[in-house]
Amino acid sequence: MSTETGQMDLLRFATAGSVDDGKSTLIGRLLYDSKSIFADQLEAVEKTSEAKGHSYVDLSLLTDGLRSEREQGITIDVAYRYFATPSRKFIIADTPGHVQYTRNMVTGASTADLGLVLVDARHGLTEQSRRHAVLLSLLRVPHLVLCVNKMDLVDYSQETYEKIHAEFTQFATKLNIPDLEVIPISALQGDNVVDRSTNMDWYSGPTLMHHLEHVHVASDRDLVDVRFPVQYVVRPQSDEHHDYRGYAGQVAGGVLKPGDEVVVLPSGMTSKIAGIDLFGTEVPQAFPPMSVTVRLEDDVDVSRGDMIARVNNAPTPSQDIDAMVCWMTTTPLKPRQKLAIKHTTRTGRALVKDIQYRLDVNTLHRDQDTKELGVNEIGRVQLRTTVPLLCDPYAKNRTTGSFILIDEATGVTVGAGMING
Amino acid sequence: MTQTHSDYRLSQLDQLEAESIHIFREVAAEFEKPVLMFSGGKDSIVMLRLAEKAFFPAKIPFPVLQVDTGLDFDEVLTTRDNWVNRLGVKLVVASIDDAIANGVVVDDGKTSRNRLQIGTLLNAIEENGFTAAFGGGRRDEEKARAKERVYSHRDEFGQWDPKNQRPELWSLYNGRLHEGEHMRIFPISNWTELDVWDYIGREGIEIPDIYFSHQRRVFVRDGMLMSETPLNPLREGEVVEERTVRFRTCGDITLTGCVESTASTIPEIIDEISVARLTERGATRGDDRFSEAAMEDRKKEGYF
Repeated sequence: MSTETGQMDLLRFATAGSVDDGKSTLIGRLLYDSKSIFADQLEAVEKTSEAKGHSYVDLSLLTDGLRSEREQGITIDVAYRYFATPSRKFIIADTPGHVQYTRNMVTGASTADLGLVLVDARHGLTEQSRRHAVLLSLLRVPHLVLCVNKMDLVDYSQETYEKIHAEFTQFATKLNIPDLEVIPISALQGDNVVDRSTNMDWYSGPTLMHHLEHVHVASDRDLVDVRFPVQYVVRPQSDEHHDYRGYAGQVAGGVLKPGDEVVVLPSGMTSKIAGIDLFGTEVPQAFPPMSVTVRLEDDVDVSRGDMIARVNNAPTPSQDIDAMVCWMTTTPLKPRQKLAIKHTTRTGRALVKDIQYRLDVNTLHRDQDTKELGVNEIGRVQLRTTVPLLCDPYAKNRTTGSFILIDEATGVTVGAGMING
Repeated sequence: MTQTHSDYRLSQLDQLEAESIHIFREVAAEFEKPVLMFSGGKDSIVMLRLAEKAFFPAKIPFPVLQVDTGLDFDEVLTTRDNWVNRLGVKLVVASIDDAIANGVVVDDGKTSRNRLQIGTLLNAIEENGFTAAFGGGRRDEEKARAKERVYSHRDEFGQWDPKNQRPELWSLYNGRLHEGEHMRIFPISNWTELDVWDYIGREGIEIPDIYFSHQRRVFVRDGMLMSETPLNPLREGEVVEERTVRFRTCGDITLTGCVESTASTIPEIIDEISVARLTERGATRGDDRFSEAAMEDRKKEGYF
C-alpha cells in the first residue's frame, strides 16, 4: 500500500538572503499558503512578535530556531524546512545571506537542485545577490530562480523588472547557470508567489510555486557514467546465507544492471554483476540515488573505499587534485598544511601543494597574490593525497567530484572541495 | 534511445529511504561501537526497518538501546520486544530506576522523568563505550531540531553546542571523535511526520496499538488529554471520562497526551494528519511546552 504523498517526487532548494530582502516573508508565505505552518507554530510566532513589540507577525521567527538567532534577529545557520503540494515534496535549505556566513550558504547549496536568489526591486542587483548567484553556480546548482521582490513598492513597474532581468542575464553569462527564471513577486502581498498577480499583466511567465512544482530535475543526474562507491561489505556468515557477499552503496552515477561487465577500482580487477539486491528483492537495475547491494560473479577483493565502474568508462585514480576549496574555519589554509580528506567512501590525508588564487565571490576577480585562504574564502588549490581518489570533475558529477577536508587535531570539517576537470 | 529519464524515477519516499540507508551504512563502517536508541515509538520503528534493510541479509550489526523510564506504555514495550526478537538484535535497557538507585541521577521529586532520561542515557552510552547513537529525531518536529546535523557531535559531557556545529556538505559525513566523545546520528532527519506514516503503511510494519483509535479513560490537563494511570495522580478539579482517542507520539505516560480520534487504520491516520492544525509535539508533548527553547536546552544537555 502506498499513498499519493509517497509517490511524489522531491525538490531540494536553497534560499539565500537576509530579512531585508524579504526572504523570511517569502518562505513564510510558501509554508503558509501550502498549509505547512501549524496553528501552534503560528501562535508561538504571534506571541513572540507581540512581546518584541512588532506590529506585524515576524515570520522569520519560524525559521530562526536557535536562541542566539532569535536574540540577534539574524539567521546564522542552515535551517531545513519542509512543505509539500499535491505533486511535490520540498526541502528548503534556508541559509543566511551575509558574507560572513558564506560557508553556511555553500553547505545549503551542496545538496540543492535549485537555488533561489532574492533582490529588492527598489535596489536592483547588489553585491550580495551577485555573490549568491556566484556561489550557486560554483556549487553547480542546476536551476536558478531570481525573485525580483517588493514589486508592490515600485508600482509593479515592468521597466524596473526588465532592467534587473537584463542586468542579471548579462552577469550570468560569466557563470554556469544552465537554467534561469526571473520572476517578479511581492512576498508580502502574495503577487506571483502561489497565485498569479493581477497587478502585473505584462508578465506571462510562471508563478514561483508553479515553477518550483514543475521544474524538471530528473535529468540533472548523470545516468551515463556508472559510479558505485562501495560503502560496506555485507557478509551475513549465517547458515542460510553462507556464501553471500554483497557490496553495499548508493549509486553515484549511471545505471547498473545484472550481467554488466564492471571494473573495481583502484585494483583494476574485472568481473560481471551477478545481481543487485534491495532488501531481499533482486532489482533489474540501479540508478542514482538508489541504495543497493551489488553482487559480483567472481570472488574479487573489494572493500570499503573501492569503486565499481564500467570497464570502458572509469575514473582515473589520481593523487594530484586540482579543486576549488571553500575554507570554513578561522585559522587560514596555507601551503604545506596537512589535512584529512574524505571523498565518497574513501578517507586519506592531503597535503596542500599550492594555492593558485583566491576568488573574489563578489566580482569574480582572481587574486593571485594571496597565498592563503581565510574563513569563508574560496580559492583554487592543488592537493597531493596519500591515497588515489577515484574522482570525476565536479561539473560532471557532484558526488564523485566533491570532498571535505578535516582538521586532524580538532576533527572539525574545515573545507569543502570541488574538483576541477 | 530505449529508455528515458522518467524510467529512472525514484519517488520522494524511496529517495528518503535511500538517503537513510546510506547513513546507516556509513556509521556501521566508520564507527567502532554504534547503538540504535529505540523508544518503541513510530520514528524509532522506522529506523529499525531502515537498519534492517541496510544490512540485509546480514543482521543489524549493532545493539538497540532503550531508556526505561518506568513510565512507558505497556503496548510500547510489547512492540519493542516483538521487533527485537524478530530481528535477533541485542537489547540494552538503561533503567531510570536503576540509575536513581545507583546515584547516577538524582530524583529530587521535582525533576520529570523525561529530564532524568538525559543522565541515564549518557551514563549508558559511557558505560557501554558507544561511539555513535542513532536517534529518530526529525527536523520538521521542532525548530531547534531544524538546525541539527545528521551527524551531531557530543562532547565528553554529552553536550550539544548548536553554535559550533560542523558543516555538513553533500552526503559526506564527518565522524571524527576524540576520546570520550560520541556522535548522535539522525538518519531520518529529512522525513516529515507524514513520510513516517506513509512508510509504515507501505512497509506494513508493526507499531504499538496506542497509535490507533481506542477507548481510554482520560482527563484534561493543560489543555491536553492525559491517560488515567496510578503513575499520574489526579490533581484537584480533574475529572476522568472515557473518550475515543489515539496517540500521535509515544513518550512518558505522565507527559504524553492523546488526541480524540476515530482513525483506526494507517490511511485514516494519514488523512487525519494531512488536515491537522497542530504539530505532533505542540499537541501532545508536555515536555516541549515549558519554554520556547525547551527542546534546545534539553538537547544541549544531551537529550535525544
